[in-house]
Amino acid sequence: MAELLIEMERLSKVFRRDSVEIPVLRDINLKVFAGDFISLMGPSGSGKTTLLNIVAGIDRPTGGELQVLNTDLLSMTEDQLATWRNHHIGFVFQHFNLIPVLTASGNVELPLLLTSLGRRERREHVGAALKLVGLSGRADHYPRQLSGGEEQRVAIARAIVTDPTFVLADEPTGDLDAESAAEVMEVLAGLNQQFNKTIVLVTHDPRAAAYAKVRHHLDKGVLVEKSA
Amino acid sequence: MKIPLRYNAGSLWARRTGTIMTVFGIGLTVSIFITMMALVNGLESTFVETGHDDQLVVIRQGSLNEVNSYFGRDLFQIIRLLPGIAKGPDQQPLAFGEIVVVINHTRIGGESSNIIVRGTSAQALALRPEARIVEGRMFRTGLREVVASRSLSRRFENLTTGATVHFGRSDWNVVGLFEAGGTAYDSEVWAGYDEIAQDWDRPIYSSILLRAENVPAAEQIRQRVADDRRINLQAIPQKKYFADQAATAVGVKMLGNFIALVMGIGACFAAMNMMYGSVMSRSREIATLRAIGFRRRNILASFLVESVILGLLGGIAGCFLALPMHGISAGTANFQTFSEVLFNFRLTPGIFLRGLVFALAVGIVGGYLPARRAARVKLIEGLRE
Repeated sequence: MAELLIEMERLSKVFRRDSVEIPVLRDINLKVFAGDFISLMGPSGSGKTTLLNIVAGIDRPTGGELQVLNTDLLSMTEDQLATWRNHHIGFVFQHFNLIPVLTASGNVELPLLLTSLGRRERREHVGAALKLVGLSGRADHYPRQLSGGEEQRVAIARAIVTDPTFVLADEPTGDLDAESAAEVMEVLAGLNQQFNKTIVLVTHDPRAAAYAKVRHHLDKGVLVEKSA
Repeated sequence: MKIPLRYNAGSLWARRTGTIMTVFGIGLTVSIFITMMALVNGLESTFVETGHDDQLVVIRQGSLNEVNSYFGRDLFQIIRLLPGIAKGPDQQPLAFGEIVVVINHTRIGGESSNIIVRGTSAQALALRPEARIVEGRMFRTGLREVVASRSLSRRFENLTTGATVHFGRSDWNVVGLFEAGGTAYDSEVWAGYDEIAQDWDRPIYSSILLRAENVPAAEQIRQRVADDRRINLQAIPQKKYFADQAATAVGVKMLGNFIALVMGIGACFAAMNMMYGSVMSRSREIATLRAIGFRRRNILASFLVESVILGLLGGIAGCFLALPMHGISAGTANFQTFSEVLFNFRLTPGIFLRGLVFALAVGIVGGYLPARRAARVKLIEGLRE
């Protein structure tokens, strides 16, 4: 039996604007095991990104139970959460979120700066991560010198360079053409299949979701469907 | 410092127009700060570097300087015969009575200002080894001849070699120019004692300059003069005498510090404005760094460092902007003697260092609030931008 990484029970999230309460997530029950590749699909505003942010400790639920790696994220301070994220989570964003003034290798190295690795070890890790996403030859290129697909692959290298427990990808193909999107999804699927990396993917693109082993659907904050 | 410096350097370069403008603004402020320091340093050095440890200036008890001191010639004989005074090659005591008068003279630009004319003797040069004739020759007594400092000759009319200048009741021939190594003597005109005393109808001395056999002897002479109530004079170590004149620099220093403070506040706002703009446009970057695992204090330190880099670049620019000021000659009023004192702007490594520290302070003060704001960027909102 694979290790249980994420467990949600009756998780809910309500946004409050003045006196108006807007429920975003309602009674979410979800379990994610080590080696899973799950996708969360749904239309805009269905609560996919909010759910992902809660798992990453970026946002906090207003109700229910949440255990991530047997840790109660709700009791942690922001700085503790930052360190926890660095150890356990690799983030892939829709808009890549690369630092424009750093090269591809500089971007990939960023999470390693928070570890105790020396410069040479960091360089080795960065090289390995870029090789894994097929961008060894682009290490010294700045984001503006890369295509959208390449930028996203650099972002994936940055997400995995610390060998995190799981990768959270928020609409990673949202800004890409079909060909680049397929390349990016191949990389993510490869990470899951070859390295047993746990991946939680948020997308509204059925083609991207098709790469996942388990697909969940969110509608108006409710987890309505699960398909394998 | 977890976030690499190349991130800050790259960000400053990416916004290079704003960076250059801010660096230039801080640089101007720092250059003014350095220039004011150079001015005060030059003015203070003019006085502080004048004199020798074994020499004394004797003036009337209660007087602050030679200009408002006078005493009878009989007292000069008492002083020059005191034990402990060094002897010249002719075995005569190295003590010279002098008279100091202030004349109003026309500047080359047209305005006029007071300058000091010292009635002395050619032998008194022996007690002022820093002074040397650099053009023409020393004055001869009895011929209404003067020598002027080269600095004065550049700023006042008719003080060049060969010119005739009218003051007192006579026309005086300028027979030479001297330099006195940037000391207070560089603001004087020298002539023979007897002629000045005669022209001003003042058969008195303003001061006596003497050299003791050594420093302890100088102290003994000083004490002896102080203890002798008959003569009502005071003997002041020459260095202390001129150092006390440096009070003139206090007002300039205060004004300089005030101007630097006001401009420094302005420079802080310039740095703050630049950094706030930078933080606003980099919210997503900041949120990404936080999402990766960087803590608030890492963000705060990174932005503070960026502002410090901005300040230091401004400091370096300021040093270069101020560099041409070194050695420029200027004059100001000595409020002790109501005469013009000439000095050179004097830049030193210490002043440059103070300029850089000033720029550093501008960077820290101007950058702190924007850096704090960067550290407080809300993760979710930042990632949405």
